Amino acid sequence: MTALETQLAVTCRGVVKTYGGEGNRVYALRGIDLEVRTGELMMLVGPSGCGKTTLISVIAGILDQDEGTCEVFGKDLLHLKARAKTRFRGENVGFVFQQFNLIPSLSAAENVAVPLLINGVGRGEAAARAVEMLKRVGLGDRIKSLPRQMSGGQQQRVAIARALVHGPKMIVCDEPTSALDHETGHRVMELLREVALGEGRALVIVTHDSRIFEFGDRIAKMDDGRIVKVVESAEQLEH
Amino acid sequence: MNRVAIKMLMGDRAKYIGIIVGLTFASLLITQQMGIFIGLMARTYGAMTDLSLPDVWVMDPKVQFVDDVKPLQDTVLYRVRGIDGVEWAVPLYKGLLKARLDNGNFQTCNVLGLDDATLIGGPPIMVEGKISDLRRSEAVIVDQVGAKDKLAKTLEDGTKVPLKIGDTLELNDHRAVVVGLCKVTRTFQSQPVVYTTYSRAVTFAPRERKLLSFVLAKVSPGENVKTVCARITASTGLAAYTREEFQIKTFQYFMKYTGIPINFGIAVALGFIVGTAIAGQTFYNFTLDNLKHFGALKAMGAGNWLLVRMIMLQAAITGAVGYGLGVGAAAVFGYSLKDSELAFKLPWQLLIGSAAAVMLICLMSALVSIRTVVRLEPAIVFKG
Repeated sequence: MTALETQLAVTCRGVVKTYGGEGNRVYALRGIDLEVRTGELMMLVGPSGCGKTTLISVIAGILDQDEGTCEVFGKDLLHLKARAKTRFRGENVGFVFQQFNLIPSLSAAENVAVPLLINGVGRGEAAARAVEMLKRVGLGDRIKSLPRQMSGGQQQRVAIARALVHGPKMIVCDEPTSALDHETGHRVMELLREVALGEGRALVIVTHDSRIFEFGDRIAKMDDGRIVKVVESAEQLEH
Repeated sequence: MNRVAIKMLMGDRAKYIGIIVGLTFASLLITQQMGIFIGLMARTYGAMTDLSLPDVWVMDPKVQFVDDVKPLQDTVLYRVRGIDGVEWAVPLYKGLLKARLDNGNFQTCNVLGLDDATLIGGPPIMVEGKISDLRRSEAVIVDQVGAKDKLAKTLEDGTKVPLKIGDTLELNDHRAVVVGLCKVTRTFQSQPVVYTTYSRAVTFAPRERKLLSFVLAKVSPGENVKTVCARITASTGLAAYTREEFQIKTFQYFMKYTGIPINFGIAVALGFIVGTAIAGQTFYNFTLDNLKHFGALKAMGAGNWLLVRMIMLQAAITGAVGYGLGVGAAAVFGYSLKDSELAFKLPWQLLIGSAAAVMLICLMSALVSIRTVVRLEPAIVFKG
């Protein structure tokens, strides 16, 4: 690994997150320590309700933890003002959602261009870069297609293109293959590794789909709000 | 992001149409009902609308509106003529007289007796004949709508034959010959309007000690109309109003003493409430349906202000389209019934007023949606 690749993308120390008030407080995260390196695909796995989604939300800067620190590329997001945090997300984080979350009335290219438009890129340039990105994910012929005219796999590739188009330093994916069949899920993961995991980017994927564990550089197993194990292969997870 | 907002809005066809229908309905109801209200109220001073030449109306101080005639002595005319700043003054008889029709029925007519010498105050538009024909013996000019309808002759088979030049009428047992047909501004009571000379009108009218209804005066060039009005009042003890003042006085009388404003007010309020309910509810549902997309946009770095702008743009577009369709429909409604009894006016002030009402509906609808989106946690996007 080069010096750039070994840089830390995410450093979480003692992250605690609770939901509810006095009397019915539920601990979602109970002191998480985690590091994600640049150029690494980190998988967060574990049973439902173990805190995977809460952790990824904290890492992505869309949820504030109650205790502990979480630095993303050296920035402590908890102490950023709301506007600065929003801008940080817009520039540095790409999102891939379980249900794709494509806007149904926008074409593939228009959907992909959204992060650029949010960041203030002009419409013409945004459209050109969106088309270029769609070609990179193999959808050069579906530029004008609406989400409903595409298969689940194609929609997820559009979502990946949208997550990458503005060149973020980190991509967070929430169950990116759970709505896809095995073969399509595999192709999506290959695409994520091939296209997304370059240029010193970090990938954090939340999943409980054991079929894609093989794509992770490291796998952090969570249970009951804690990281119980961090391993480098799916086989190690079994032991 | 404006295009994204517009496409999000129009992409959901059913809801988009629902919002537009709600706003169109509200805009139509508000504009149409207010248009009828304004048209109806404008008729209350219809007689004054046609009498635009005189600057000042002189009358008994107790007169409350244009049809509330309290006769004056004929000498008042000469006193007004003698006041500084009055260029000329003419008498006007205005009264309700009964016309006997061929079939034996009686029809009340609004008779206007004009100054014999000048015929000032005559009909604004002559359809047939000339105003000067009033100088002929027993001459009267009848308004076209009255001639076609209420004063028309009814044949045995029930068909109506409009009154025409040369036909005769019996006004309060006096023979009158139609010498012309005219167009007049419709009045509130919608009675036929009959023009004749002042001297003839007072012979038609029942015997009374005083028969002069109003004195109409023109102010000399360079004189201030209100100052001259004050002089007339000071000198004669009578009320003297500018035409606009007398119109307002008449308008206010009908506003105060009739149930018209409250009836129309209820209809307008209903349009506003129903429009707000339909448009607001549909707009809010549209926002709720798109909540996960707004959440995704928030997660991707869209700030609250950007989302507020998007929602405001969506509200503005639906408002503009709904307003346009509603006002257009109201205008078509008014135009298609322009020759009927319908009182309908669409002044620019009404267009601005209904635009403001629709804008308010959109703003209220948008505010509810904005509140939801601003409070939205972007973390919602990870909740499958």
